[in-house]
Amino acid sequence: MEYLSIFVKGIFVENMIFAYFLGMCSYIAVSKTVKTANGLGLAVIFVLGITVPINYLLENYVLKEGALAWLDPSFSEVDLSFLSFIMFIAVIASMVQLVEMIVEKFAPALYGALGIFLPLIAVNCSILGGALFMQERQYPTIGDATVFGLGSGVGWWLAIVAIAAIREKIRYSNVPEPLRGLGITFIITGLMGIAFMSFMGIEI
Amino acid sequence: MSTENSIASPKRESLFSKKNKKLLKDPLGDANPITIQVLGICSALAITVQLQQAVIMSLSVLFVMIGGNVIVSMLRNLIPDRIRIIVQLVIIASLVIIVDEVLKAYLPDVSEKLSVFVGLIITNCIIMGRLEAFALANKPGPSVLDAIGNGLGYAWILLAVSVVREIFGSGAISMPGMGQVKFLPEEWFISAGGFYENNNLMILPPMALVVVGVIIWIQRSRNKSLIES
Repeated sequence: MEYLSIFVKGIFVENMIFAYFLGMCSYIAVSKTVKTANGLGLAVIFVLGITVPINYLLENYVLKEGALAWLDPSFSEVDLSFLSFIMFIAVIASMVQLVEMIVEKFAPALYGALGIFLPLIAVNCSILGGALFMQERQYPTIGDATVFGLGSGVGWWLAIVAIAAIREKIRYSNVPEPLRGLGITFIITGLMGIAFMSFMGIEI
Repeated sequence: MSTENSIASPKRESLFSKKNKKLLKDPLGDANPITIQVLGICSALAITVQLQQAVIMSLSVLFVMIGGNVIVSMLRNLIPDRIRIIVQLVIIASLVIIVDEVLKAYLPDVSEKLSVFVGLIITNCIIMGRLEAFALANKPGPSVLDAIGNGLGYAWILLAVSVVREIFGSGAISMPGMGQVKFLPEEWFISAGGFYENNNLMILPPMALVVVGVIIWIQRSRNKSLIES
């Protein structure tokens, strides 16, 4: 039940895009067609689902104050948390490399469609954001952290697929010329964000 | 004027040559990192509730950009092409750790408010984007100018959005070191029997997107060549 609560919260209440604006760059750049948006969204779910638990282990057994106590009691004073940014980003960059190789091997069509955006997942704010929120919120178990990662990923996927579908349709509308493309995407995302705010305060 | 310049420094390019000025000026207008290149939007939206946070964030990004651009541009011939992203990330991450520790030490309350967004400077696309697009192919001098130009281009959007949001959302302006300055008299507010009410919608996250959208609208209707087909 607790897992379900974290999962639903990650998708709707604390949505990566609408509540924190994480991963906006690729959200706007890759949302021109539903197909590529869907591919990138799935890649983000996958990467978040892997990197958040790995970073959780790293945080709790290496970086946190006293986390090294399992090695030797004399290490219980050591606080390596200032290294967390560099460690998290290293884990993320190597995992992204792995995902890139897997996609290239098993789904060459998707690889072609995603093009240069796959390596850019490494600098997608939502991935590092997931790790940093995990650190800030101090989830009690690795299960909670994994569910949080997956939930945030699904929320991101939902947002990018939704905006891509709207952008495909809006091509037939008469948008004021200076707003075409980027401008209207921002405003629609804002309106979607207002809609998502109605989920605020929901408890399961 | 130009002949004098060329006599004084026959080989060295002057600091304010046309090319260098362009590097500084373009990102402020027609090549703005946020509204035109679509880089670094995440933080621009998330921390613009108050002017104070926006100022601190702009300064941090400017520092990391200049540092990163200089270091990468000096190392550009040594970095192997295949692992350049990881090398760049490590350089940026080290600079961000410095910023984070300094903020925690001297401005603990702002650091608290910015929370994860200081760490997210690492993945701010604007920094990686400029390293990839400029510093990897240019000498340190022009790279510094490019970093300053893009940093300021990023900063002015941040400041503009946060001023709009704070004035309409809280009826005040906050500057680092000065606290929040309210400029509407207290008795104007409905809670004190007046007629004015703050627009709380402005403080909520979605309005940042709409404000940036409106800035893009204004910019593109002034310069028609930027309109997307």
